[in-house]
Amino acid sequence: MGMIDFQEKSDLVSMPKVKTSRKVTDRVVKVVIIAFFGLALLPLISLLTTVITRGVGRFDPTFFSSSMRGVVGAGGGAVHAIWGTLLITGTALIISAPIGIAAAVYLVEYGRGKLAKLLTFLVDVMTGIPSIVAGLFAYAVFSIILGPGTRSGVAGSIALSLLMIPVVIRSSEEMLRLVPGEQREAAIALGSPKYRSIWRVILPAAAPGIVSGVMLGICRIIGETAPLLLVAGFTDSMNLNVFDGRMATLPVFIYSQWQNKGTDSVAYEGRAWSAALMLIGIVLIMNIAAKLIAARTQKVR
Amino acid sequence: MMTLTTTEKTTFTASKISVSNFSAYYGRFHAIKDINMVVEPRAVTALIGPSGCGKSTMLRSINRMHETLPGARVEGSIRLGAIDLYGADVDPVAVRERIGMVFQRPNPFPTMSIKENVLSGVRLQGNRIGKSDGDDLVEMSLRAANLWDSVKDQLAKGGASLSGGQQQRLCIARAIAVKPDVLLMDEPCSALDPISTAAIEELIANLRREYTVVIVTHNMQQAQRVSDTTAFFHIDGPGLPGRLVECGATTELFSNPKESATADYIAGRFG
Ligand SMILES: Nc1ncnc2c1ncn2[C@@H]1O[C@H](COP(=O)(O)OP(=O)(O)OP(=O)(O)O)[C@@H](O)[C@H]1O
Ligand SMILES: [Mg+2]
Repeated sequence: MGMIDFQEKSDLVSMPKVKTSRKVTDRVVKVVIIAFFGLALLPLISLLTTVITRGVGRFDPTFFSSSMRGVVGAGGGAVHAIWGTLLITGTALIISAPIGIAAAVYLVEYGRGKLAKLLTFLVDVMTGIPSIVAGLFAYAVFSIILGPGTRSGVAGSIALSLLMIPVVIRSSEEMLRLVPGEQREAAIALGSPKYRSIWRVILPAAAPGIVSGVMLGICRIIGETAPLLLVAGFTDSMNLNVFDGRMATLPVFIYSQWQNKGTDSVAYEGRAWSAALMLIGIVLIMNIAAKLIAARTQKVR
Repeated sequence: MMTLTTTEKTTFTASKISVSNFSAYYGRFHAIKDINMVVEPRAVTALIGPSGCGKSTMLRSINRMHETLPGARVEGSIRLGAIDLYGADVDPVAVRERIGMVFQRPNPFPTMSIKENVLSGVRLQGNRIGKSDGDDLVEMSLRAANLWDSVKDQLAKGGASLSGGQQQRLCIARAIAVKPDVLLMDEPCSALDPISTAAIEELIANLRREYTVVIVTHNMQQAQRVSDTTAFFHIDGPGLPGRLVECGATTELFSNPKESATADYIAGRFG
């Protein structure tokens, strides 16, 4: 075999040989790639199955209707933590979305020169802030304003905003840059002031992408534990006022259930897993929704 | 700030455009130099010349779109009637309100319906318009753009759902809905098929009754078909600025060019 054989045989005879060997290589490579892909998926699948199998046990009406007030051992639920997560994340969203989108509009539509470069640099730095540092910052700010040791939901929201704003800026910036320059020119040539062309033409064109970016930003912060542990604290009972007092959240709930198992540790672990299942569910749904919204825009273009 | 009352607007309407000692730059690159020409009102003026000679630059200077590019600047003056469009107290946004533009590639707003596209200029200029006034304006503008009959039953559909030629006519309707005095068109047919091109040319012939039209075209038959006056731009070599070689009545320029460069170009010897 080899070169000499190859030359002696006619092309027609020798060609299939080359093909089979390539086919074999192809198949081997394919199998290896699929194997590695499976390997990479394994932790994810194992994580999902673990959370689901351990979480469904306490995924019951009581879990969604009662708090942990006065509960020792079995029973109780996480409704206070669910509300806390919704309120704190919602407030963080109200703070982050306008600031992040405005900053992105500035960077894309107006930003030239030093200020824009500085802002871009700051966003890069902010992207890398460890979440505990964001928590410490919020803690310090609220200690100065309201006295040391005060805890509230809104302090948590501010800490989370520090983490969410750079995500919103980055994704919105990308979406705004995708709006074709022709659209800007068309608006300006119609006698539109720049601000109005941004409001009526550019933002509507980028809106679905911006929305899906904001949703990914929410996914980024909704599972944060450390900063909330610092500034929002923890409580066993319901608190619907973000401006006053400690507020439980799902991640902190998980942590505290796991950390303070009493003698009936199974009950505490069950609640922790159910809260984890809930959290993963929210993130999964948000991710899928964001993908769907983004896909729909691409179709429109 | 150039504010225009209705009386001013009427004087404006039949105003000619005078370009004098005009130069335009992209950063340090001198794109067109020493342009002097007059654009007659309510007539069609064609700008022709080889690629890169500065036709688009000239056109975009008339409605002050040129300066929206970073580093772009101009020298000299362009007047519309008595108003110096580059005067220190003139707001470029007000200039663009009076001088509309149609681009080479149709660019309707994809997030808006056909109807909203037609009304977009009114709204982008900060004016409110009532429902019945809006409906009238939409019909009038689409009729003027020869598009009404084919889209009147689908006004709520997206502007991007139309064919290329229809999109371009939608863009023309959008431009004339704000009732400008001048309409600038930069190769409006070059992305279109022959039938759409014929439709747009017919449209231009109608528009000249009410508007001053300046059109850039690469197609010399088109220039002869649609224009009253033709301006021939040329570039003497790479890196050099474009200049206006000659400008005159279209029939005269094509049958009896004064300059040899013009004669060579229209004979198809270069460009
Ligand atoms: N945005 C820009 N930045 C820098 N240079 C530019 C820019 N646009 C055009 N130019 C240059 O200016 C000169 C004139 O360009 P212009 O687009 O006005 O030519 P044109 O006559 O319209 O050409 P065409 O027929 O190909 O459209 C060319 O040399 C071109 O390279
Ligand atoms: Mg051009």
